[in-house]
Amino acid sequence: MTAHPSDPMASDPVDGGQVVAGDSVAADGIAGPRGRSLRRIKAEHIRDYGIVVFAAALFIYFSIASPVFLTSQNLLNLVFQNATIGIAACAVTFTIIAGNFDLSLGSIFVLSEVLGAYAAVHFGVWWAFPVAIFAGLVMGLINGLLVTKLRVNAFLATLASALTFGGIAVGVTHGGLLITPSSSVFTFLGQHRAGGVQYPVIIFAVVAIVLQLVLAYTVFGRHLYGVGDNSNAARLSGLKVDRTVIFTFVITGAACGLAGLIDSSTTGSGTSDMSGLGGTLALLAIAGVALGGTSIFGGVGSVWRTVLGVLMLGMITNGFDLLAVPDYWQNIVRGILIIIAVAIGSLIERR
Amino acid sequence: MSAAAVAPIRLVSIGKRYSGTKALDDVSLEVAGGFVHALVGANGAGKSTLGKIIGGVIRPDDGQMFVDDQPVRYTSPREARIDGIATISQELSPMPHLSVIENVFFGIEPRRFGLVLLSQRRKRYEELISQWGFELDGNVKVGALRTADKQKVEILRAVATDARVIVMDEPTSSLTSVETKTLHRMIGTLRESGKTIVYVSHFLDEVLELADTVSVLRSGRLVRTAPVAEETEASLVAGMFGAAAAAEHFAKPEGSTAPVVLDVSGLQRKGVLRDISLQIRAGEIVGLAGLVGSGRSELARAIAGADPIDSGTIAVDGTARNIRSPADAMAAGMAFLPESRKDDGLFLELSLAANTTFADLPAVASQLGILRLAQERKKTTSLLKLTSVEPPVPSAKAANLSGGNQQKVLFARWLMRNPRVLILDEPTRGVDVAARAAIHRLVNNLASEGTAVLMISSEIEEVLGLAHRVLVMRRGSITREFGADPPLDAVMEAAFGLGGRSIA
Repeated sequence: MTAHPSDPMASDPVDGGQVVAGDSVAADGIAGPRGRSLRRIKAEHIRDYGIVVFAAALFIYFSIASPVFLTSQNLLNLVFQNATIGIAACAVTFTIIAGNFDLSLGSIFVLSEVLGAYAAVHFGVWWAFPVAIFAGLVMGLINGLLVTKLRVNAFLATLASALTFGGIAVGVTHGGLLITPSSSVFTFLGQHRAGGVQYPVIIFAVVAIVLQLVLAYTVFGRHLYGVGDNSNAARLSGLKVDRTVIFTFVITGAACGLAGLIDSSTTGSGTSDMSGLGGTLALLAIAGVALGGTSIFGGVGSVWRTVLGVLMLGMITNGFDLLAVPDYWQNIVRGILIIIAVAIGSLIERR
Repeated sequence: MSAAAVAPIRLVSIGKRYSGTKALDDVSLEVAGGFVHALVGANGAGKSTLGKIIGGVIRPDDGQMFVDDQPVRYTSPREARIDGIATISQELSPMPHLSVIENVFFGIEPRRFGLVLLSQRRKRYEELISQWGFELDGNVKVGALRTADKQKVEILRAVATDARVIVMDEPTSSLTSVETKTLHRMIGTLRESGKTIVYVSHFLDEVLELADTVSVLRSGRLVRTAPVAEETEASLVAGMFGAAAAAEHFAKPEGSTAPVVLDVSGLQRKGVLRDISLQIRAGEIVGLAGLVGSGRSELARAIAGADPIDSGTIAVDGTARNIRSPADAMAAGMAFLPESRKDDGLFLELSLAANTTFADLPAVASQLGILRLAQERKKTTSLLKLTSVEPPVPSAKAANLSGGNQQKVLFARWLMRNPRVLILDEPTRGVDVAARAAIHRLVNNLASEGTAVLMISSEIEEVLGLAHRVLVMRRGSITREFGADPPLDAVMEAAFGLGGRSIA
């Protein structure tokens, strides 16, 4: 447990105000010989907490620059707009910490949404919930089996499965929209609020907290770090590595199914159109993971970092919109930010 | 024999250190042109390091190398090639996706206007193989070749670039006896045509058969350079090991009658292990000696479920166990410390706590799989103290520890499970003297508390210092068994396959 007195995350809501849960297995730099340890702590802190400082700076800047930014309505909207990306990103953090990769998030999202909407139309609105989530789960299982049992590289396996899932979605909708019944049973998820807070925001928060706790405080979470850091060592320590890896894909699939369900409920339809969120979900989610500081080589990272990364990307969209900065600047700045964050991490790693 | 007038290669006071330990210390020798010069020594004696320095693969820290009496300081094998020195080793493998011809002429293709002249290249290839008497299809992808043929590719490449000196680093260690004979014939041909061969090997019979001159190394120092005609296998072994080095010796119980804990019978793995049977009693330390490639590590991995086996039975405490994974072996009460702690043991990015408890997480978690972090910290601290890890701080990162302390953390991981059988593969490799002594005491204590220990080490002295019995492996079989404190040279001779009575 890295309970640094100066820990900037000490009051992070995701941690329930406790210590930095996500880094409980990640370690201190204090073990080195005394002389060098001071400098190392410093460098590692830049890597570990630079993102926090960065996010805070951006937050303060927008708060000052725009009178609207720092209103509860705007901040809730910010989180609401990024809830589906955030849910997918938090889940794929598991896959990435365990040393794998998933490019099929968007396609799982789209096909789950379409199948959920199809079930709502044909079998009754209640069916949308289990069908969408179960569909995502099965797609994740397929990814996991491809990667572990057929030994297909995760990058290629999920690239290929993304094409297939996306194609099936178009087949189901015949390229059009499936309009779901406008029953409040179905639409409450995306269009209603509890105590002034949109349901997707609540779901995102619950998913993030649960996944963060699982990662930091359970045997399974520990296994993910072990597999990502050194899968040989994990196997020789008695772990069934394949099973652990498959499970991360299943969780990611189910989360994308949930995200698809929320999107479908928000729009009151199911669409196989990949030009929307379905097309960018995987990239934005993984960008959020990387920006947060989770290593794409596995073994290092946490869910709270991903939350921060996703919200930072969202903050740029939101803040730039408020300040009427042209759209194209958003992606330029986002790209540069990701490069800076990842480069700092790997430069410090190489020292 | 077209021996050159001057020695093409002269080494003066060469030294090389790896993280504090001296791999080579003040080594001086001359390699005469047109001869086969062998470098022999035990594992870790520095013979490969010396071969690599000659080939430009690694740079010496001290001393000077001369080629044709000119001082040289190579920074890559490529620079050595320009001076006509080529290295052939399994590490410098050719490009697997290119064909034999493409590999042989890579970078030196006959060209016009920047285009490769294919027909001319083929013609030169045909000339080369007929000149050297090789049989090798030039169109085959190198990746599909056997090791012996890959070596041919490297040799062809060496002669195609007009190399005068060819360094061969353990060229026969993974060849069959027929392939070895072919290689020896090729070396003869190369020598007759005036090439100089530097031949690094631990197969003494080969050295005596092939070489003109032999340099014996021990612990990074040159013992002597002598004409092969003056050496015998016995004299080389004596040179390589000297008088028995002083390693800490522990008292060893004689003729234990404790119950058998590990009972391995008829273990087979095609091409690796041949009909291995062994028993270890409670409290017994059995040492496994043998050369690299003799099957020592493979045996340890097979018993521990890390590698598959073709047939054979493994029983622990009298119960036959079907072991097909490390998890199965652990369930049977085994613990396995693998040879490479970085590749197979440690989680470098994780804390010592995570490293220590990984193999036994349920012991520090609730039934629902929720970690009890305070308990984990406490448990880790006590295990780190028990194994004398410095500092015993559960939150420290494994990557920041020294090699010795990292190894002790792995001991802590397995001690946590209270294993019935402890299998150790090179437990003190790359570990400093103090940590080594601590590990030896730890192993001895564990045994005296009733753990059955199987220990592999390249350092025979270490095996002899600890083991109650010593098994010697050679070419996948156990060929000799000794009781406690056998004479070092007898174990060495058995490992090298010389003389003695075979029990296999």
